[in-house]
Amino acid sequence: MRRVWTAGLAACSGLSGSVLANGWNMPVGVTDVSREIHSLHMTIFWICVVIGVVVFGAMFYSLFRYRRSRGAKAANFHEHTTVEVIWTLIPILILVAMAIPATATLKTMYDASEADLDVMVTGQQWRWRYSYLGEDVAFTSNLATSRSQVSGESAKDENYLLEVDEPLVLPVDRKVRLLMTSDDVIHSWWVPDLAVKQDAVPGFVNENWVRINEPGIYRGQCAELCGRDHAFMPVVVRAVEPERFDEWLAERKEAAAQAELGVDREWELDELMERGEQVYGTICASCHQPDGSGSPPAFPALAGNQAMLEDPDYHIDTVVNGVSGSAMPAFRSTLNAVELAAVITYERNAWGNETGEAIQPADIAELLDEQ
Amino acid sequence: MASHLPPRPTAQHSQADAGGMAADEHHHGPRGLKRWLLTTNHKEIGSLYLIFSLSMFFIGGIFAMVVRAELFQPGLQLVQPEFFNQMTTMHGLIMVFGAVMPAFVGLANWMVPLQIGAPDMALPRLNNFSFWLLPVAFALLLSTLVMPGGAPDFGWTFYAPLSTTYAPPSTTFFIFSLHLAGISSILGAINIIATILNLRTPGMRMMDMSLFVWTWLITAFLLIAVMPVLAGVITMMLLDINFGTSFFNAAGGGDPVLFQHLFWFFGHPEVYIMILPAFGIVSVIIPTFARKRLFGYASMVYATASIAILSFLVWAHHMFVVGLPLVAELFFMYSTMLIAVPTGVKVFNWITTLFRGSLTFEPPMLFALAFVVLFTIGGFSGLMLAISPADFQYHDTYFVVAHFHYVLVPGAVFAIMAGVYYWLPKWTGHYPHTRLSQWHFWLSVIGVNLTFFPMHFAGLAGMPRRIPDYALQFADFNMITSIGAFMFGISQLLFVAVVVLCVRGGEKAPAKAWDGAEDLEWTVPSPAPLHTFETPPRFEPDRH
Repeated sequence: MRRVWTAGLAACSGLSGSVLANGWNMPVGVTDVSREIHSLHMTIFWICVVIGVVVFGAMFYSLFRYRRSRGAKAANFHEHTTVEVIWTLIPILILVAMAIPATATLKTMYDASEADLDVMVTGQQWRWRYSYLGEDVAFTSNLATSRSQVSGESAKDENYLLEVDEPLVLPVDRKVRLLMTSDDVIHSWWVPDLAVKQDAVPGFVNENWVRINEPGIYRGQCAELCGRDHAFMPVVVRAVEPERFDEWLAERKEAAAQAELGVDREWELDELMERGEQVYGTICASCHQPDGSGSPPAFPALAGNQAMLEDPDYHIDTVVNGVSGSAMPAFRSTLNAVELAAVITYERNAWGNETGEAIQPADIAELLDEQ
Repeated sequence: MASHLPPRPTAQHSQADAGGMAADEHHHGPRGLKRWLLTTNHKEIGSLYLIFSLSMFFIGGIFAMVVRAELFQPGLQLVQPEFFNQMTTMHGLIMVFGAVMPAFVGLANWMVPLQIGAPDMALPRLNNFSFWLLPVAFALLLSTLVMPGGAPDFGWTFYAPLSTTYAPPSTTFFIFSLHLAGISSILGAINIIATILNLRTPGMRMMDMSLFVWTWLITAFLLIAVMPVLAGVITMMLLDINFGTSFFNAAGGGDPVLFQHLFWFFGHPEVYIMILPAFGIVSVIIPTFARKRLFGYASMVYATASIAILSFLVWAHHMFVVGLPLVAELFFMYSTMLIAVPTGVKVFNWITTLFRGSLTFEPPMLFALAFVVLFTIGGFSGLMLAISPADFQYHDTYFVVAHFHYVLVPGAVFAIMAGVYYWLPKWTGHYPHTRLSQWHFWLSVIGVNLTFFPMHFAGLAGMPRRIPDYALQFADFNMITSIGAFMFGISQLLFVAVVVLCVRGGEKAPAKAWDGAEDLEWTVPSPAPLHTFETPPRFEPDRH
């Protein structure tokens, strides 16, 4: 009997080694916190295994030993205060032993003070928006897997559903504070390797933080059901050396400044259409469909939408300020004046909507300033 | 296996054959459909509840099969995400409110009066009303599937604002349906409490009651305490959707997190509503087939009560990642861990009851033993989930799905099946077909583990719940899970076969169908005549 148990335990521990390698278990991750969490996870797991072996061992011993078919006669005992007190107290002691390291880890996780960098993470149906606070750098991060891979028309690549057009870039060895919120429903930003999972709740700003130890690409997903494309809003974090991060941030700031310059000049219709198609594809198409047909009743069609085509001000107001009480969010803080003008122009001229009107970024910028 | 079973007690109650569910002596009541619409008999209403629950079990099961078929491999093959979300939502709602809860109420209707020596439930007309609310409620809920915009698609936990501002128009019908189901539960609970407190046969003290009666008494109090909270929260949703209020709408100054606090203040006790009666059933079955009194009867009662009280203090462990303050995280982590203590006491008591017993393995015992093992596995993953820092990794993944399915399927559902197998001889006068029951048991046990065990790995590896499509590294786990789910689903047809065959015939059962059974129901003939204990039975109080 003993040999069986020894062999079983050996098999289990061997298993745990291969389990770690094969992606069957929680990843150890690349932060100090993720390592602590992993170690808590393994500790409580092995405690459960030991309790399980003892309890199920006693149970199966009884099941084999005291079968009536083997002539077992029932004993007549049904209470034993000492035993009952013991098996109440021992679990309490185990739990206290478990609660102490868990409390310490939790305190560390909740200490978001003295961060080197603040990043605002905003959940939107169904993408993430990242803005580096105080740096004038912000962008949205959309699923990059093509719909044809989802429908099976083309082969699925390695990072199917876990790839984005623009990953969140973070420096290693710096404490980054992540501020989470949402523009619509509740989302949850999760990267297993960073052990950060935090709900993004509309109307709230939640705090979490991360200090990444190794450069690399870390993938995760939205963890809170947020509607139709909940499965299609991945998180990708690219962790780079601090110097490279500083260079990257400077480049992005420069690009943002360039974009800002474009606001005041007169834009051609073609230019706006080209830019607008791009914005529409990343932001609007997930609800209103690439061909503008929408999915009524929740998401109205834009192609041939008379109310929208007849009244440009209504159209602009809807995109800039959203529609209260519906799934249409306000894009005033998500998109800049150029992007807003471009996408509105695109919607007014694509899919057979041929108004020929070009909405100028300068007008939108003026409107944004007024409101 | 069958050859190891002991000889059964032979039938002595030939006079009983004329009675039972066929109700030949029930001359005066209406017949046909009206008899079932107007019945106030606890046995008939119990049967109605059980049949209703079984139908819902299959409807909810079909929804689960759709989910598993879509998740069989990566990519979208069969359904679109909108419909997938409706399926997960309806599966959860139907199973929780339509299958598990009514099954326990059905068992209570049948067995509580028989176990306490009462002639019927204390409030028979109310009993009829609470049952007939259910078909209406669930017809309404199922009808949302064909409404424009589709059925509710926000998960069975219906977090606002996804379930308010962003919800399909059918949500209002869903709210009305849950109101009806909630009223039914509250009325049922009042009836059970009134019955247990007032109609026990003379000489039966509280501490003489069977554990099934005890656990149901405590469950009924939980129901009365929390169903109004559910009613409150869905009414607030109703106002937000239709009357312009902003309870949960941040844009109007509302608070989406408030929804979760209210929902889980209902939801966590609700979880125990679905498991405490299961504890009771198992605590009745194990002593019967161990032929030995339940170990630690009093501590079982206290443990049940402790779990019920603690259930009001742990709700926010479902919300560890919504941004609770540190102090709240710690409080809810500690209180949740504490629940392991009374639950552990129960498991230890069951195993000690087996120890030095004289064990046989009839179908009810098989299910009860599987319950103890598999529920405990669900308890272990529950303990892991209680560790708040680790929950930041587990939360909203398939690890959670594995956990609650372990406590609900091989937990609550196996206990219900154990109860059905145990009491079928009393209800029908026949033993369930042994060989078929054993097939049903083994296929279910293998199917259930094949379905839910790989979910632990998928969750730990990073698969979020409620997604219709997933990254490639989760493909193997999902394929195994789907195969297991189809196997489990199909093997439940055997259960129906066993029940139908048992109603129609089979080996005759005597009044005391199981030789180790002790409670009062085994003193009335099998099948139990329509009216029992019209005069209170004699009760010797030292049995526990």
